[in-house]
Amino acid sequence: MRSPFRPARPPDPAILDDHRRLIRLIERRGILRGGLSLGMLAMLTGCDVTSEPAVDKALRLVSSWNDRVQAALFDPRHLAPTYPKSMILMPPKFNAYYDITEVKPVDASTWKLELAGLIRDKRPWTAERLSLLPETEMVIKHICVEGWDYIGGWSGPTLRSFLERVGADLSAKYVAFKTADDYPSSIDMATALHPQTLLATKYAGAPLADPFGFPVRLRMATKLGYKNPKWLTAIEVTNRFPGGYWENLGENWFAGI
Amino acid sequence: MRTSHQLPRLHPLPVRLMHWTNALAMIIMIMSGWGIYDDYVIIPGLHFSEAFRLGSWAAPSLLWHFAGMWLLAANGFAYLVYGTLTGRLRERMLPIRLRELTQTVRDTLHLKIEHDDLTVYNAVQKLLYIVVILAGIAQVITGLLIWKPVQFSSAVALLGGFQAVRIAHFIGMSVIVGFLLVHVALSLLVPRTLWAMLSGGPALNSGRRAT
Repeated sequence: MRSPFRPARPPDPAILDDHRRLIRLIERRGILRGGLSLGMLAMLTGCDVTSEPAVDKALRLVSSWNDRVQAALFDPRHLAPTYPKSMILMPPKFNAYYDITEVKPVDASTWKLELAGLIRDKRPWTAERLSLLPETEMVIKHICVEGWDYIGGWSGPTLRSFLERVGADLSAKYVAFKTADDYPSSIDMATALHPQTLLATKYAGAPLADPFGFPVRLRMATKLGYKNPKWLTAIEVTNRFPGGYWENLGENWFAGI
Repeated sequence: MRTSHQLPRLHPLPVRLMHWTNALAMIIMIMSGWGIYDDYVIIPGLHFSEAFRLGSWAAPSLLWHFAGMWLLAANGFAYLVYGTLTGRLRERMLPIRLRELTQTVRDTLHLKIEHDDLTVYNAVQKLLYIVVILAGIAQVITGLLIWKPVQFSSAVALLGGFQAVRIAHFIGMSVIVGFLLVHVALSLLVPRTLWAMLSGGPALNSGRRAT
């Protein structure tokens, strides 16, 4: 049935044309006002966008995607710049999640490096046996995620030569590390096999001092500082993502430079 | 006969979408960057207040920065491709004449800020837009080099080393923030410009080439 409120003859549709601009303007204002109100509402809830678990989850998802991008950007044949020995900083910079006064020195006579995971010969290594392996020396830049850097000189067997010697599965995805200071860490296999990735036992030609990882630490020229654990106690080769101390708190895992 | 809304507008829809996406991305990058900066400052004594930092400490700030970079780079790339293909960039920003430039500066210093015709950019406007676009491109490049100083070691060496690139990235940020302050202040002084970036603004003269 026709509404009794409707005029018998509808108005000429042409009059719409004359006012189309105005009508569009009104509609747009409505949308704008609506948008503003939505923003106000979000502000009223007073939530900090950065501490929302959903936001954190989304950001970490992007961080995992960035791990894959970095793996693709990583050129296993590209060498990091090296520097003359005269530029080595003495002593190196100390950095950890605790102060240098809290360092607990490792006793080399009882220390053992345990091996686990996809490794054929899992016999633990003593410091003495490790010192008999052929050494590589590199003078490289240490770059911290915070933005500072310094030049350091490191020597020790390459991680590649060590993994080959103990019969590790070099097609596995990850190499994970445990340390005496409870600082678990892990890296991708491509970086583990890079020629500038060392099981460093010396700094500037002398055995590592206690605060810098005696008797052995990981030292890579192609990753940020926090990826280099000190005072290693165990190495595991695995296909299960191992994470790490800072990584579990939100730092990027690949952290390649 | 064509009615006014059929004519090309000052800011076509793609430009408006990219403008506001860029605004969001820039704010994310600047504020998360300030969060990262604070761990190892470039200018002694200069710290950014927590209220202006995105992320409660460095790690979340880094997560924001390395997520926002995709939005900024993808949107910026789309803008440059669009601006080049449609000829909009060349038409809006060029040419800049020195005499025009000095005249606009003189007028502004005499507090003669006229902006009757939004569709024509004055010489100072053009110059500022070009500078901020170049600063944005420079930020993407220096940002990439800070992220991958070993993979791109030759480029880093060319620019004077890791710390030099860090400082260049900081200066780029300062240029963009400086632009932002002027840009926002002027758009609030002449609110029609702000409205135009939301609604599309006035139709361009029919004699003008559609962009």
